[in-house]
Amino acid sequence: MSIEKNLDKLQLSRRTVLKAGAAGMAAGAAPMIIPSTAHAHMNEPTGSSVTLGFNVPQSGPYADEGADELRAYELAVEHLNGGGDGGMMGTFSSKALQGDGILGRKVEYVTGDTQTKPDAARASARSMIEKDGAVMITGGSSSGVAVAVQALCQEAGIIFMAGLTHSNDTTGKDKKANGFRHFFNSYMSGAALAPILAANYGTDRTAYHLTADYNWGYTTEEAVRTSTEAIGWKTAAAVKTPLSQTDFSSYIAPVQASGADVLVLNHYGANMVNSLTSAVQFGLRNAQANGKNFEIVVPLYSRLMAKGAGENVKGIFGSTNWHWSLSDEGSKAFVKSFGTKYGFPPSQAAHTCYVQTLLYADACQRAGSHNPCAVAEALEGFEFDGLGNGPTLYRAEDHQCFKDVLVVKGKENPDNEFDLLEIVEVTPAAQVTYDASIFGGDLGTCNAG
Amino acid sequence: MELSAILLQVLNGLDKGSAYALIALGLTLIFGTLGVVNFAHGALFMIGAFCSVTLQRLLSISTVTLDETKTDFLGNPAKITTPYVETWFGPEVGSAIIDWSVPLAILFAIPIMLFIGFAMERGLIKHFYKRPHADQILVTFGLAIVLQEVIKYFFGANQIPAPAPDAFIGSFDFGELIGMGAGTLMYPYWRIVYFLFALIIIAAVFCFLQFTTFGMVVRAGMADRETVGLLGINIDKRFTIMFGIAAAVAGLAGVMYTPINPPNYTIGMDFLVISFVVVVVGGMGSLGGAVLAGFILGILESFASMRQVIELIPGINQVVIYLAAIVILLARPRGLLGRKGVMES
Amino acid sequence: MFGLSRGDAVLWLFVLLLVLAAPILLNPFPESSALAQFNAGYPDLMQRFLIFGIFAVGFNILFGLTGYLSFGHAAFLGAGSYAGVWMLKLLTINVLPAIIISTLVAGLFSLLIGYISLRRSGIYFSILTLAFAQMSFALAASVLTPITGGETGLQTALNDPRIFDAANTTGNIPAPSLFGMTMGDSHQVAVGDWLWTFNVGYYLCAFVMMIAFYIAIRIFRSPFGMMLKAIKSNNERLSYTGINPRPYTLAAFVISGMYAGLAGGLMVAMDPLAGAERMQWTASGEVVLMTILGGVGTLIGPVFGAGLIKYFENIFSKINESLLQTWFSFLPDGVSDFVVTVIYPFVGKGWHLTLGLVFMLVVIFLPGGLVGGINGLYKRIFNKSNQAN
Repeated sequence: MSIEKNLDKLQLSRRTVLKAGAAGMAAGAAPMIIPSTAHAHMNEPTGSSVTLGFNVPQSGPYADEGADELRAYELAVEHLNGGGDGGMMGTFSSKALQGDGILGRKVEYVTGDTQTKPDAARASARSMIEKDGAVMITGGSSSGVAVAVQALCQEAGIIFMAGLTHSNDTTGKDKKANGFRHFFNSYMSGAALAPILAANYGTDRTAYHLTADYNWGYTTEEAVRTSTEAIGWKTAAAVKTPLSQTDFSSYIAPVQASGADVLVLNHYGANMVNSLTSAVQFGLRNAQANGKNFEIVVPLYSRLMAKGAGENVKGIFGSTNWHWSLSDEGSKAFVKSFGTKYGFPPSQAAHTCYVQTLLYADACQRAGSHNPCAVAEALEGFEFDGLGNGPTLYRAEDHQCFKDVLVVKGKENPDNEFDLLEIVEVTPAAQVTYDASIFGGDLGTCNAG
Repeated sequence: MELSAILLQVLNGLDKGSAYALIALGLTLIFGTLGVVNFAHGALFMIGAFCSVTLQRLLSISTVTLDETKTDFLGNPAKITTPYVETWFGPEVGSAIIDWSVPLAILFAIPIMLFIGFAMERGLIKHFYKRPHADQILVTFGLAIVLQEVIKYFFGANQIPAPAPDAFIGSFDFGELIGMGAGTLMYPYWRIVYFLFALIIIAAVFCFLQFTTFGMVVRAGMADRETVGLLGINIDKRFTIMFGIAAAVAGLAGVMYTPINPPNYTIGMDFLVISFVVVVVGGMGSLGGAVLAGFILGILESFASMRQVIELIPGINQVVIYLAAIVILLARPRGLLGRKGVMES
Repeated sequence: MFGLSRGDAVLWLFVLLLVLAAPILLNPFPESSALAQFNAGYPDLMQRFLIFGIFAVGFNILFGLTGYLSFGHAAFLGAGSYAGVWMLKLLTINVLPAIIISTLVAGLFSLLIGYISLRRSGIYFSILTLAFAQMSFALAASVLTPITGGETGLQTALNDPRIFDAANTTGNIPAPSLFGMTMGDSHQVAVGDWLWTFNVGYYLCAFVMMIAFYIAIRIFRSPFGMMLKAIKSNNERLSYTGINPRPYTLAAFVISGMYAGLAGGLMVAMDPLAGAERMQWTASGEVVLMTILGGVGTLIGPVFGAGLIKYFENIFSKINESLLQTWFSFLPDGVSDFVVTVIYPFVGKGWHLTLGLVFMLVVIFLPGGLVGGINGLYKRIFNKSNQAN
């Protein structure tokens, strides 16, 4: 088959349907109508390769995070296809992956730009499904995008492996049977942070919340409030700030006179960098209130944000999904293979994306199929280890991973430019586990297209 | 509500307003007077901010030595970097120079911004004076995207901290100054510097246009370009220089802004819409209007973000600037101080 | 034909032909060739071409005819989208009510905003519309979250009432359909190495687009359209004749708002999600750019402008480094690396750069946009050859 050969040579992912149809073409050139029921499931791979869709922000303020996600995906594909040093495939507790692709098919990929906008992200995902025949979509750097693309994948009959998304909604009220999240969420951040905050700052504290005025901000504020009020903290006020805000001075300035002695910044990305910079500028980090040192807390940290905020992060508590300085075998293997290839350590976004790709591949391998329903079944209730977060459970009820959560602090004396956060505590999974029904929502049933 | 809380928001408003006023000033020189809709003005602000970052990087160019006693994240010997300026001037003077990179960037940015302004006007904008506004929008928007993407290519999309010199860390105690008691009204030094800097620049531009022959000719040219041309005065050259000045004003606003918010490549677009609103609310063709509108909107924005105000009217902090713009434009047909007949059709 | 002049009828039929054959025309490259990356003949993008085409054609009725530059038209697209999703949630998953209600809601919304904004003209008008749209966006993304779904967007859900539909038993949210024809359904036809996808949703868009385009032509040629052009060329003189131009501009504003709403309704019919960022100033700016890029005041220009921008956004953004490497792998090692390094900044994550350059090149070399500029070139060449004769 000349076409088949051609494809292999070019290493291009074309619609698998055509590969199947190529045989018919050779016989006669008459138009061939391909019925949509010819396949067991949407975009079923029939040739020698399988296509994954990596949908990450490549423009806009999260573009660097997206670039890091893409690096992780490329590394994961290399490892799945048997290249490189295998990374975390060697430390992964499941040994189903052979380094010969997925189910013997070579892994190929297409990329797209979410622009961190639900519309653009869905357009990009649809093109991957309709044009490139992608059998799984993964990536993203915000919950808005994750929720939107997850719903699309559910409708199209494709598996969605969420990238960086921290809102409770993704596996809460907006959960879907075809969607899976490895990253932790607002609830876990709150549950992990509260005991550490109590131990370091005491239980007699009054918090002032600044909250980004959108879904993620709401769930994060709620989680941190609930868990800190449970340890005895009071909440002085919670003020919502526009997502598009750039200068937070008018929100920060009144904090010191409010009677609060802790400022919680429920901000992410540029919001967090700018509000923290303002807070430090207004002297909050060195201030005194109620006879105590004034403190600042950032519930969700990322190294890229810490880099943007520079010196300002020093000594400030937050939580994170994973950090390169972890010393378990999985993390070490991942940092080594990522660092060797790219020259710097991976971010938490890169880590979760790499892990999600491996988990998907492993689930296909164990299920013996790419059918979303079979893959979902293999992932539901799956327990694994060796991927950098210790023993982890993919809970069946809401498709959320439960694992240890890291509480981190901005490092006072960094050794190098990547050494910005230090791990204060590894909160065990049991402490951040919650009942699957508390956020409402309905998984529905899996859709195979 | 306490008086100090209100005064604090007035200070915040003046501070925000000075950024708005500075950007709007440059924009209105081009937009309200040369009649060019310049969507690339935000990009000029952004390039100014990256002049700070670039100078900081240039001053921090370092020699690299390996330190066998420490290891990097992969377990290899750690790289120790020593900036050349520290080698040349000694560690203390050297680190002081790096520390002062943002103020130094003013000197660095002026020639760069003037050059960019001249090049932009001569190479591109000049050919669009007589073209419809639609064409001006498309070409300057295209240029803005290109400039942004060039910066993104070299500096990435993440924010890059460019802090103020250590000497400016801390706050000035207005409370003590005005007799309200120490510590009641503190305001960060750098933000006060930004406000004063904005006042100086605004005053300089006004004086330049008001009291020099050059300025007089430009003002005459704005009012009636053809007649000035017929008088044998080379108005084109002066317009080029005005464009350069406008670019420099935008750039300097960006340079000084970096310690307030670490810049990334989209910072110009964030300011673009607001600066158009400020210019139009101020009134087309009026420099004073733009400055006034900048401060008014800055102060309104600050007050709208107070907790007590948001509790009263939820969401007001999201829309206050636009709401104010609508009210002002409906009450005053040509904005605060607009001239008749400029960009009205 | 149908009240169109010969020339207009030819134009309409030409567009009809293009639209009907788009699944074939937009897939010019064989599937197994490297150039297949540039094929645009897949349902999502083809739908977007038409939907944004409708949006831009409607925008042009206001901007192209009256010269009033609205910088807030995305608000109407957004309002239409929200109304559409709510109809899909409350009434029925059949897209017909959603599309109709979207158009009407956007019409009412634009009547309100237009009535206020049209008290001013020129740049003051533009900023008023911008301010209204930015307010709509900011509120939709934050305090109106219960109605709009906030930043995450408004979606259909399993437990929606859908009062006209039978109870759902499958455990999956029903997909939008038109009397049983699901929007996402496609027929694929393979001819040789080519693969064409004929999608139900696309042809619904095509049907609506051809009607919308027909109405636009009629408006351009009507006495009403002449009046709008008179407003553009000399507002003041028109007032001296005793005609009050306001009702005419307001009518144009509302019509173009309804086109935007129609586009919003179609958008959610194809893909049932409405996000707040659809109302942001960048989205309003995009339709302005589409119209200018294609040719202000030309009938078909805005459609091409919309197509060009959406093409870059969806096709160029997907070209990544490894794809480039495979394309140029036939070159000697050093040369191919060099070529990839040179091209890479312009594609993939650099697709905005190429778009910016295209904007500049078009406006510099084709004054009047794609259609206007090409017309101009054609005329110049034609006149020259006439003179030579």
